[in-house]
Amino acid sequence: MAHERFSIRQYMILGLVALCAPLGDACLSRGMNGLPGISILHPMSLIGAVFTPWVALGIALLIGFFACYLTALSWADLSYVLPATAFGNVIVELLSRFCLHETVSPQRWLGVFLITIGVGFVANGPSLTEHPADEAAKPDAIFAEKEPV
Amino acid sequence: MMMLAPAAQPPFWIATAMISAVVLTSTTGEVLTAAAMKSIGDLDEIRARSGMKGAIRAVVTCPLFFAGVGFLALAFFALLLALRFLPLSLVAPASASLTLVTNAIAAKIFLKENVGRRRWVSAVLVCVGVYFLTY
Repeated sequence: MAHERFSIRQYMILGLVALCAPLGDACLSRGMNGLPGISILHPMSLIGAVFTPWVALGIALLIGFFACYLTALSWADLSYVLPATAFGNVIVELLSRFCLHETVSPQRWLGVFLITIGVGFVANGPSLTEHPADEAAKPDAIFAEKEPV
Repeated sequence: MMMLAPAAQPPFWIATAMISAVVLTSTTGEVLTAAAMKSIGDLDEIRARSGMKGAIRAVVTCPLFFAGVGFLALAFFALLLALRFLPLSLVAPASASLTLVTNAIAAKIFLKENVGRRRWVSAVLVCVGVYFLTY
């Protein structure tokens, strides 16, 4: 398993994956809660909701999340990206405690602690599995095969 | 306004089947999307070589990507269905935390990722943490 250090840009992409999804969900929730009741007999009212500021911001953030998520999956393993980006839950919890002054129960603090430890575990490990076919495709590997023993 | 009547809590096995449907479709979608992105290659390099249009073209011409997005859409509808019959406080933590573990298993089996002890410990810690945060 190879372990190449990420560039700052790649860390930023992982950070955006972690941040954009919970923030997008929060914006959608705030936008939808502020709207009058939507009836299933009038689905066009849902289309109108898309153009309200909070819902539009939420959709933009979720599109940004998906673009960053796809980019991260192109250079890191799925089993690395998912736990590493769960840190977004911790950031939302800290924002709700210190910016919105909400009460965070001890059970939630325990959740924050466990996620932080879990993210620390995976972030210090290798990010990408190198398969033998990938190794063989590398110029160094081809050179090593040709070298006499 | 047409209102939907609140549904009675279904039996245990139906609740299990609903949450399993969310977890399975979500995991299938994530694995297919990850496989698509691995087959395409490093998007940053493609963007540097062929620009943003080239990177978008590489993604939207990959059939695996659409299969993955299709399953993720199915997972969304399975979640909506589950929320129609089950409380949010059960569906959200159960599906969010179980998906982390099933993804690690599926990544090892289907994507041949090297899921070592470090990643297993991390997946379980994050899974329990997410459960505590959302329950």
